[in-house]
Amino acid sequence: MFNATVSAHDILFMLRGAAVTLGLTFWAVLGGTLLGVGFGLLRASLPGWPSLALGLILDIFRSVPLLIQIILANAFAPLVGIDLDGFTIACIVLAVYGAAYCTEIVRASVLAVPLATRRAARSLGMTWSDDLVAIVFPMALRVGLPGWIGLALGLMKDSSLVLWIGVIELLRAAQIVITRTQEPLLVLGVAGAIYFLISFPIARIGEWLERRWREQ
Amino acid sequence: MIEIQDVRKSFGPLEVLKGVSMNVERGEVVSVIGGSGSGKSTLLMCINGLEGIEGGRILVDGTDVHARGTNLNKLRRKIGIVFQQWNAFPHLTVLENVMLAPRRVLGKSRAEAEAIAIEKLTHVGLKDKLFGYPSRLSGGQQQRMAIARALAMSPDYMLFDEVTSALDPQLVGEVLDTMRMLSSEGMTMVVVTHEIRFARDVSNRVAFVHRGRIHEIGSPEQVINNPRRAETIEFLKSVR
Amino acid sequence: MNYSFHWRPVFESLPLLLGGCLVTVEIAALSTAIAIVLGVALAFGRISGSKTAAWFALGWIEFGRNTPGLLQIYFAYFGLGSLGVHLNSYAALTAGIAFNSSAYLAEIFRGGMRAIPATQARAARSLGMTSWQTSRHVVLPQLFRIVYYPITNQMIFAVLMTALGLTVGLDTDLAGVTQQLNVLTYRTFEYFSVAAVLYYLIAKAMTGAARLIAWRLFRY
Repeated sequence: MFNATVSAHDILFMLRGAAVTLGLTFWAVLGGTLLGVGFGLLRASLPGWPSLALGLILDIFRSVPLLIQIILANAFAPLVGIDLDGFTIACIVLAVYGAAYCTEIVRASVLAVPLATRRAARSLGMTWSDDLVAIVFPMALRVGLPGWIGLALGLMKDSSLVLWIGVIELLRAAQIVITRTQEPLLVLGVAGAIYFLISFPIARIGEWLERRWREQ
Repeated sequence: MIEIQDVRKSFGPLEVLKGVSMNVERGEVVSVIGGSGSGKSTLLMCINGLEGIEGGRILVDGTDVHARGTNLNKLRRKIGIVFQQWNAFPHLTVLENVMLAPRRVLGKSRAEAEAIAIEKLTHVGLKDKLFGYPSRLSGGQQQRMAIARALAMSPDYMLFDEVTSALDPQLVGEVLDTMRMLSSEGMTMVVVTHEIRFARDVSNRVAFVHRGRIHEIGSPEQVINNPRRAETIEFLKSVR
Repeated sequence: MNYSFHWRPVFESLPLLLGGCLVTVEIAALSTAIAIVLGVALAFGRISGSKTAAWFALGWIEFGRNTPGLLQIYFAYFGLGSLGVHLNSYAALTAGIAFNSSAYLAEIFRGGMRAIPATQARAARSLGMTSWQTSRHVVLPQLFRIVYYPITNQMIFAVLMTALGLTVGLDTDLAGVTQQLNVLTYRTFEYFSVAAVLYYLIAKAMTGAARLIAWRLFRY
């Protein structure tokens, strides 16, 4: 079953690519979440027009293919004299993309906290920040966490697109191995298995949490 | 005539009906009262074959409901049933809700089905709600629509499964009035209900079901005013 | 910045780009249509009595949802080749997107079916309707309304996914045409900016169309 032309060296190469994938995912999720929480809270608390305007701008990043955004960012950077390597550009684009989605998740989660509950907290003498930390945050987290987990996993899968600008993440590594060994099915299978083994358990945990919290 | 002969029904290990026997003559109104879990709703579901039985027989005009060869779809045209949660079809207007079965099951033309539906809806007092959607109606109105929907099939028998239990108190009256009207028109009705006063005023007979068995059955004077069994007395006291 | 933007050649190639838009929408529509059929089959397979069907459907759905769409497109383009099935870039892209969408749609259909209370079917059967009549007149119309927006959203995702055709050499869709022009002129930023605007407009037009159609179809 295990073909001799695909060597342990190749597998190691792919695993190094997987490490790059995880690195990209980490920065994208971190940046995207921080920005997303910021924008999300803004959208949830700003009045009509400014909130809508912010929403429309972020919507642009969800309505243009990610690959196009990556190509544009990569083409734009040298134009303004910014010299960044592919990995950094990739992290930035993925983070902004993730932030656009995260904003909506955060906004919806915060708005899902019943105003009555927040009013009750304020009536008990809690300050605005107390309310946010002790009331809004835990309740919003329950609503938003499953969606956020989905977003994080989505960013991991979307990180495969950065192969276009030369970053050697898992899928590019797989492609390189295929070119050498001419075993596309096997190599893609291994790559798929690696993605699957990372994504599936986390997705299942997310579903379990969602079920558990919905029942409470 | 509906003949219920020594019917047994279990849900897994739990025996819900433990040998129930009862007959319902044409034109009769029989109320079935009892506590929750007594099996009365299940009994109703068995009459039109929504639930199977493990023992005994149910005959509707001589046809065995649970026999292998019985065409349940045909049988159900004769038996109308109204549920506690009216189960309106939300994607159809009130009129379309009532027209659906006459058109598809009885094969009536659009015009015929519409005429029947308008007649039945007028009969239950919903003449000016025809073109709205059920979501716009109150619970009581939706329940009356459900009654009209069942009546549109011109059934010989009407079964009512606690049809007022899910309604706000002020909406209960309109549904009971509709049922009263039907009974005075000679419809054969089996009514599972918590409304003891309705049972006493409208029924020909009342059956008290307790733990899967009929403990008492007789005229309302006998069962409600002069109950004999201890369980019946206890039940009536608890709902007064 | 010592780069001068040359927008004119881009606007002169607008007809070509618009032609690419048509191909993009075509691929999105085709792949979504296939995905719907597959999704329904998978949803039924998932709840089917047959163990093999249930496991096969589960495997398909979980693989589709937990691996990158690009990997799935690569499977169609490079992987199938070693099994003797040679798909061109158009077919591989469409197949890859269809596979990916079908996995998500299957879960959407499954959730939709569970959202319709069993009491609806019970009420219909009590009126004497057959199983088929119940599905056709009571269950499916309600299911359609529940899954309508998820399906239209999936189709918009499909439009965005078509850009991946670049990685398998597709040169007739919007991204492909843009890349062809880019390779000729090296005006990457200008051409892809306009392409981005066009993608945005396509996405918004589809969202609008979906709302319009919904307004006409669903009156309640």
